Amino acid sequence: MASNHIYSAFDEELKYLQSRISEMGGLAEQMVSEAVQALVNSNTELAQKVIADDAKLDSAEREVGDKAIIVIARRQPVAADLREIIGSLRIAADLERVGDLGKNTAKRVIAVQENGVPRKLARGIEHLSELALIQLKEVLDVYTTRSAEKAKSIRERDEEIDAMYTSIFRELLTYMMEDPRNITPCTHLLFCAKNIERIGDHATNIAETIYYMATGAQPEGDRPKDDTANSVVTPKE
Amino acid sequence: MNMMAETTTEAKQVQPMSEPSFKMLGRNVSVHYGAKQALFNVNLAVRQNTVTALIGPSGCGKSTFLRCLNRMNDTIDNCRVSGEITLDGQDIYDAAIDVVELRARVGMVFQKPNPFPKSIYENVAYGPRIHGLARSRADLDQIVETSLQKAGLWSEVKDRLNEPGTGLSGGQQQRLCIARAVAVSPEVILMDEPCSALDPIATARVEELIHELRSNFTIVIVTHSMQQAARVSQRTAMFHLGNLVEENDTDKIFTNPDEQRTQDYIMGRFG
Amino acid sequence: MSAVQQNVQTVDWHSDAIKARRKSRYAAETRLKAYGLIAIVFALGFLTILIGSLTVKGYKAFEQTVVSVEIDLATSGFDRDKLMDANWKSLVKKALLEVGGAESLKKKEQKAYLDMFTDNAAYLVRDQVIADPARLSGKSSFVIPLSDPFDQLAKGEISRDTPEDQRRVNDRQIAAFDQLVAKGVVSKPFNWGLIFNADSRFPELAGLAGAISGSFWSIVVCFAISFPVGIAAAIYLEEFAPKNRWTDLIEININNLAAVPSVVFGLLGLAVFLGWFGLPRSAPLVGGLVLALMTLPTLIIVTRVSLKSVPSSIREAALGIGASKHEAIFHHILPLAMPTVMTGTIISLARALGETAPLLLIGMNAFMTSTAHGVFDASTALPTQIYIWSDSPERGFVSRTSAAILVLLAFLVLMNGIAIFLRQRFERRW
Repeated sequence: MASNHIYSAFDEELKYLQSRISEMGGLAEQMVSEAVQALVNSNTELAQKVIADDAKLDSAEREVGDKAIIVIARRQPVAADLREIIGSLRIAADLERVGDLGKNTAKRVIAVQENGVPRKLARGIEHLSELALIQLKEVLDVYTTRSAEKAKSIRERDEEIDAMYTSIFRELLTYMMEDPRNITPCTHLLFCAKNIERIGDHATNIAETIYYMATGAQPEGDRPKDDTANSVVTPKE
Repeated sequence: MNMMAETTTEAKQVQPMSEPSFKMLGRNVSVHYGAKQALFNVNLAVRQNTVTALIGPSGCGKSTFLRCLNRMNDTIDNCRVSGEITLDGQDIYDAAIDVVELRARVGMVFQKPNPFPKSIYENVAYGPRIHGLARSRADLDQIVETSLQKAGLWSEVKDRLNEPGTGLSGGQQQRLCIARAVAVSPEVILMDEPCSALDPIATARVEELIHELRSNFTIVIVTHSMQQAARVSQRTAMFHLGNLVEENDTDKIFTNPDEQRTQDYIMGRFG
Repeated sequence: MSAVQQNVQTVDWHSDAIKARRKSRYAAETRLKAYGLIAIVFALGFLTILIGSLTVKGYKAFEQTVVSVEIDLATSGFDRDKLMDANWKSLVKKALLEVGGAESLKKKEQKAYLDMFTDNAAYLVRDQVIADPARLSGKSSFVIPLSDPFDQLAKGEISRDTPEDQRRVNDRQIAAFDQLVAKGVVSKPFNWGLIFNADSRFPELAGLAGAISGSFWSIVVCFAISFPVGIAAAIYLEEFAPKNRWTDLIEININNLAAVPSVVFGLLGLAVFLGWFGLPRSAPLVGGLVLALMTLPTLIIVTRVSLKSVPSSIREAALGIGASKHEAIFHHILPLAMPTVMTGTIISLARALGETAPLLLIGMNAFMTSTAHGVFDASTALPTQIYIWSDSPERGFVSRTSAAILVLLAFLVLMNGIAIFLRQRFERRW
């Protein structure tokens, strides 16, 4: 962003918004990775910390919202400035949702820990979360560089996560069929997997917002989806 | 009205100081032009090192109030001011106050850029010269240079200080007028719609200048443009029909004003 | 549908009614231009007639017919220290008779011959010698003006075809004149005397120096009084005076005074300056005072208008940085108003220069054969001089009157020129 307004205060305000968003991104990223760790290692302490962190993220989102309103009221931004501020609002909302999903995952740690998470499943979810975290990390990098190209390419990579999620879904289904005692932990794990898949979707949203902020145009075409979990049925014996 | 009320949104980013210090204070200020009353019991505080914007529709009394602050209304024959206005706690309408000293301490920039038809140098040097602020020619040169620098004009005019000030562009002329006001080291600078005769870029320059001057001076600005008030000020006072409707943090006024009339005015729903 | 939309009517811009209307509007514009042009042609025409008739009548007064006479002062035996008392009359008479070869004529004929030259010839020679005593030591030539009738004859104003008993020069004198012409001693140089001589009963010697000096001193007095007083009064009324019934009254009176006929000021001067104060009659001091009284109201009005025309933003700018009222006026407002004040002043002075009636009443139509050297010396002024000459019976004064008017007009043009010059100079400084 070319930042040479005659109003130096305006530049400062925009910079403030940017830095808050970056902070929120870092926090959200950390929450997700910690939640997954807590899940895999059945670490309730870490899970509690993630739950507590969410409050920070929520208040940061409100702050960005307030600041954006004031900047709009005071500066009457137009064109790139306007997209910048509206984009900040949308990204803040997405990051807040990412935080919520991390928190939700952390809450399930307590329910899942009684039975322990099967090693194999845990690896699947870990892998899924790695993919989602890479996605999130990259999108946050793009937020600072504002590269429309990169934003577009990140958006197209959501497919991988969706495919991974579908395979975990099948697996959990199989476990539950094998032994009804698995149903409780597996349902929780299903939600955890869903949460992580949703995080990927939010990262994609952010990528789209960044693309819009940089170019002023909405990215063309539907985002690629390989989430076929909605059509998966119980395998027939 | 609610000028004394401590607002909760204050202090967050406007001023680091906890207790706002009032540079000028108007209590029950009423102004009559002949039989017509233009201001009704206005109570308004001007905070130190703050830009206070006075907004409101035409004829609402905001300029009248501004001109009370350096007794510019004295020049109007049938104008009568009642109530009390203090500068650092001292009543400026007191007989003991010298109006020449007051106007040196409370400078003014007008709506239309009005440089003297003299050279750029003479324009800025005039104030220090009549008040005897410079002990030598070199002293005066220094004052002129720093004043022009503060007004952000030095780099543009340093090679043509002897050219007439009226030859500058409108925006430059207005900044020259600001330099001229700054040259006598006032404590408060009053600005009466300083950008209404300027194009948007020149306006932006002057507004940015106001923003910078805030660290050294207390500024009161009358403006027709609500956007301008939003951009440059930290405190905003809304006048209507000679009354002060609301005075509050600019952020508060422009996002969630307390008074319906303020809201209607800034949203363009007046009348 | 909103009210605005309902009220929109369609106009047929090509209808005959609208076309006709447009045509008549253009016609009105053309007529207005024509009236203006006619007015200008009318004004210029009269100006041309005025200047033309004055020039035609007066140009001859700018030449003077003279005779150059050789006089050998070495043989005169005059005492250098007693030149004033020497017998110049007989010396010059002898020389004049010599030049026309008229020594042998009878006394009466000699007198008729000598009438050809100005009566004051002896004094002219004397004054020139006193001014340059070196001439005493040898022969030198002197320029003697011809007397008025012969001047007119030389200029063709007196026709030789007129019967002898109806013209002022007789045939014998004409013959003597022709003899001088044939001898080559008669010439018609530029008449510097018109400007550098004082008044005289003899047209050939009469000049405007007295009138010019009188006018000069009067105008100096007039300026010295009306300019500061006028500006001070205007500044007070415009910048300091409260607006109340008294200042309104003063303002109305000033406006009325500006319209008072000048002769009334003359009567006032007569009563006050001459009567009460006992100032000398015919003095430029009194003339200047009267003219100053007459000029003041106009000057005050002009100054007030020019002060008022200085944008109030300048006043506010000065007051806004803490200038006192006095500083605002003297540093900013007055200098800005000065070009207009100057123009107004000079045009008022030009009017005063041409004013006759009040000067007549205080006696500035005195016959003075010397120039005024100060404001107390009795003198005439240019317009009163014109008035005196136009009343004089001698033929030579007719053309001199016109010439004097031309000189007065030249001074007026010069003053207006100065006004324009000053204004432009002032304007350049800002």
